[in-house]
Amino acid sequence: MDAILFYVFAAIAVASAVVVIGQRNPMYSAFALIVTLCSVSVIFAVLGSPFIAALQVIVYAGAIMVLFLFVLMLLSVKREEDTPGRGGRTLRGVALALVTLLVLQAGAVLLRHGTEPAPQFDASTRKMAQILFSAHFLYVFEATSILILAALVGAVVLAKKEL
Amino acid sequence: MDHPAFVQHALLLSLVLFGLGTLGVFLRKNVITVLMCVELMLNGVNVAFVAFSRAAGTLDGQVLVFFVMVVAAAEAAVGLAIVIALHRTKDTLDLDAFSLMKG
Repeated sequence: MDAILFYVFAAIAVASAVVVIGQRNPMYSAFALIVTLCSVSVIFAVLGSPFIAALQVIVYAGAIMVLFLFVLMLLSVKREEDTPGRGGRTLRGVALALVTLLVLQAGAVLLRHGTEPAPQFDASTRKMAQILFSAHFLYVFEATSILILAALVGAVVLAKKEL
Repeated sequence: MDHPAFVQHALLLSLVLFGLGTLGVFLRKNVITVLMCVELMLNGVNVAFVAFSRAAGTLDGQVLVFFVMVVAAAEAAVGLAIVIALHRTKDTLDLDAFSLMKG
């Protein structure tokens, strides 16, 4: 059952990711990205991380994508048009992405040992909270609140017409 | 969950998602689509973190995913504010139009 869920949603995630980068209309890209994010959330759940799976849907597919769609509708974005002389750049883009992929694949091959799942794994929300609020991560957690505040103020300052 | 190949295949999935995101950043020329492709890359990284956390049997990887999500939210907020400011000055979202440093 887990295997079916894993492979089906991995396939959906990859397929919709291809749609995200293949679409010329940003609105379709945004909706395909929502499908990708939700499928990745299922992958997280199958890997035994219910808290992260829930966060993925609430924060990513919920908050962040709504922000994207809001800006898309606010600016009434049009379809991408073809510009002449872009073929060479496309080729270079594909080459660069392939190089990135190869480098990452090399790293994954080097890491091949030690990827057996650990026998004991408890990623319940209680455990997550205990780690997140332990002395290890408490200050980092508090620092993120400052980051969010800075992003909030920055976004208002940037998007405002006149200060 | 006990399937031994899951971690390996999740790493493969993260690789593919990250590669597709990179490709999108290079191919697309709409600013908002490029930002969405960056989100795709961040998601690929998150999948790898969760897979490694599963392999190691510790939760540190999941805490990192939590922080990546916070940073992604901040990045999206500031990035989209910049997009709105850009659209106000140039009236377009084409990346080729933003090649000059001066306004």
